[in-house]
Amino acid sequence: MDLAFTPEDIAFRDEVRAFVAANLDRDIADKVAAGKHLVRDDYMRWQQALGRKGWLVYTWPKKHGGPGWSVTQRYIFENVCAEMNAPGIIPFGTKMVGPVIYTFGSEEQKARFLPDIRESTLWWCQGYSEPGSGSDLASLRTRAVRDGDHYVVNGSKTWNTMGHWADWIFCLVRTDTDAKQQEGISFLLIDMKTPGITVKPIIMADGGHEVNEVFFDDVRVPVGNLVGKEGEGWTYAKFLLANERLGIAAIPQSKRGVETLKEIARAETDNGRPLIEDSSFRDKLADLDIQVTALEFTELRALSTMAVGGAPGPEVSFLKIRGSEIQQRITELAVEAVGYYAMPYQPSLLWQGANEEPIGPAYAHQSAPRYFNVRKTSIYGGSNEIQKNVISKMVLGL
Amino acid sequence: MDLSYSDEQKQIKEGVERFVREEYAFETRRKIAATPRGWLPGNWAKFAELGWLGMAFSEEDGGFGGGAVETSIIMEAFGSGLVLEPYLPTVLLGGGALALGGSKAQKDALLAPMIEGKKQFAFAYVEKQSRYNLADVAVTARKDGAGYVLDGHKGVVYNAASADQIFVTARTAGGQRDGKGVTLFVVDADAAGLSRRDYPTQDSLRASELTFRNVKVGADAVIGTLDEGASLVERVVDRAIVGICAEAVGCMDAVNKATLEYIKTRKQFGVAIGKFQVLQHRMVDCFTNAQEARSMTLMASLKIDDPDVDTSRKAASGAKVQIGKSGKFVGQSAVQMHGGMGVTDELSVSHYFKRLTMIDTMFGSQQHHLTRYGNISMAA
Repeated sequence: MDLAFTPEDIAFRDEVRAFVAANLDRDIADKVAAGKHLVRDDYMRWQQALGRKGWLVYTWPKKHGGPGWSVTQRYIFENVCAEMNAPGIIPFGTKMVGPVIYTFGSEEQKARFLPDIRESTLWWCQGYSEPGSGSDLASLRTRAVRDGDHYVVNGSKTWNTMGHWADWIFCLVRTDTDAKQQEGISFLLIDMKTPGITVKPIIMADGGHEVNEVFFDDVRVPVGNLVGKEGEGWTYAKFLLANERLGIAAIPQSKRGVETLKEIARAETDNGRPLIEDSSFRDKLADLDIQVTALEFTELRALSTMAVGGAPGPEVSFLKIRGSEIQQRITELAVEAVGYYAMPYQPSLLWQGANEEPIGPAYAHQSAPRYFNVRKTSIYGGSNEIQKNVISKMVLGL
Repeated sequence: MDLSYSDEQKQIKEGVERFVREEYAFETRRKIAATPRGWLPGNWAKFAELGWLGMAFSEEDGGFGGGAVETSIIMEAFGSGLVLEPYLPTVLLGGGALALGGSKAQKDALLAPMIEGKKQFAFAYVEKQSRYNLADVAVTARKDGAGYVLDGHKGVVYNAASADQIFVTARTAGGQRDGKGVTLFVVDADAAGLSRRDYPTQDSLRASELTFRNVKVGADAVIGTLDEGASLVERVVDRAIVGICAEAVGCMDAVNKATLEYIKTRKQFGVAIGKFQVLQHRMVDCFTNAQEARSMTLMASLKIDDPDVDTSRKAASGAKVQIGKSGKFVGQSAVQMHGGMGVTDELSVSHYFKRLTMIDTMFGSQQHHLTRYGNISMAA
């Protein structure tokens, strides 16, 4: 057992740092540091820079065009990117549909879709949840009926993240209404430009637009866009969700979040002294720091198992639960730290473009919107209640 | 002992609840929030007509002789509908300061017309560095002939854009955080040298940053005693705390009702999600939290005017701690149990959650009041 990085790891870390310094545009890093919302072009510029280097799909094996990194290298890469205020990589292509296509897709699909994902030339989004199917995803009702060389899709998907920027959507659809619930589901790739698709924004509690409802009205999809076999979509869906849960804990982002919180507590005053010297607030910060450390070492243990060839088990659900709770706690403490200046609402500062002066200190205006927004983390990607069911059933055998 | 409402109090309660039911449907509220003022003058006129603006003032002051219990009844109903009209800054803060510290002439000139619905107030007590310390006052009031000249900055002043008068704390003596040497002034909102930057708040209300540059006021602008404003403001704020605690109780009951209805009707895995024990227990905890919040608010409304100052201080801080704790639990749980819908702007749930969050900060967070409560009750 050795906690220290090898000289090779350290050289790798320096290489990643140099790359990020040279290729991450300053305006993007500034926005990330200030907690502002990014636009499509911000993500695309950074992802395409990574794509040109061959690092965008850093979790992929070499034979599909990934860099073939060790788990330690992935860990270093993620942490350096977060420390240097790089945007999070949008997972829908790189971590979700990409691995599904290279694992279950046809040769034709691999040749057609994987290069665009590796280079981030197309934007993918997800069509999983439906208004009536959230935690109970397998009850989904969007229908795909075979008609010659096409499927005709009717229904709607919701919580579709950033679909208004997307070129393609991967969808779970019901192709057989007679089969057992999970067995009638198929996995379809759909061009967002196909006639009959309507994207309707859902406005979040912080006033932002990041998710949509997507309606399908007689949308004709070539049968060649079916991934794997008809009726086996649920298997692919579970494979995809397991991948999703690994990255969802957002540990590098939380580590950065704690540091930002400390900076805020140094800048804020209470009775003429820095807030960070207030013992009750200090205790809360220390407690949070310990929570993040516990989570990080849990992740490192999981990575270490993977490094010697083990597969992460259902216990990764625990990372999602604690990761989301910690993200939420960070924002709670930020609201507490800024006091009255959590109150002014300045949406134009959050969603860029505005040169408006912040009402309070520059870090304050986004604290409450962030707090409201990250309540989603214990709901999405399988709610924390569902994750606890997974652990109690799969890990504890209850 | 009798903790039930009198017939008169029941009548007030029914009246305010009817107003909220008829005039404050969620979509109506959204429209009101989007108007330039952010509230409706027609509603304010109705408040005056129904006597709600004068409810808690003595008959001698032109009011109806009620007290903190009546205020709580009104504020609780307002909380249940997330009412936007500026009752807190105008009636509880500005009106409260006049009732406790105003001279006969000041009451005649300001309180009486306020009760008639003809004047609105704002209360400027926060500064960028002050956090929750009411005596941390850097705005200065320099003696100038018979009057004073005010200079400095006040932050997050609710209702300043609609107010006719601004109540403002300023330093007339002592160092920046000395309790002695703070004086409360009342300034006309259109006074020369007073400028505003207006903005909406997270919970759809309106507030402003105020800058005072050589703002001249007369000697009659002093509310209460010169240099003794800090304790007056503390009294005013403690009484207002009972009001927002009641508002929070109204928010909690309303959002709990919505959540209960949701988990009874929303089906997943073939059953209503309220059949899952994990949600049942969470819902029970929400119910318990709202009950404790209601109890502490009632306690505070009965003790806030106690002649023993530590008793009333403890009452306000104790209730505020409970409201902070319960409001956070209930708000977060309501969002969680609503799932994705809970984090959207579309349902009222997120709006109650936002208001409960801002109430926790208003007049001092849970932590601030926990410390204050401890300092009072553990003092030898």
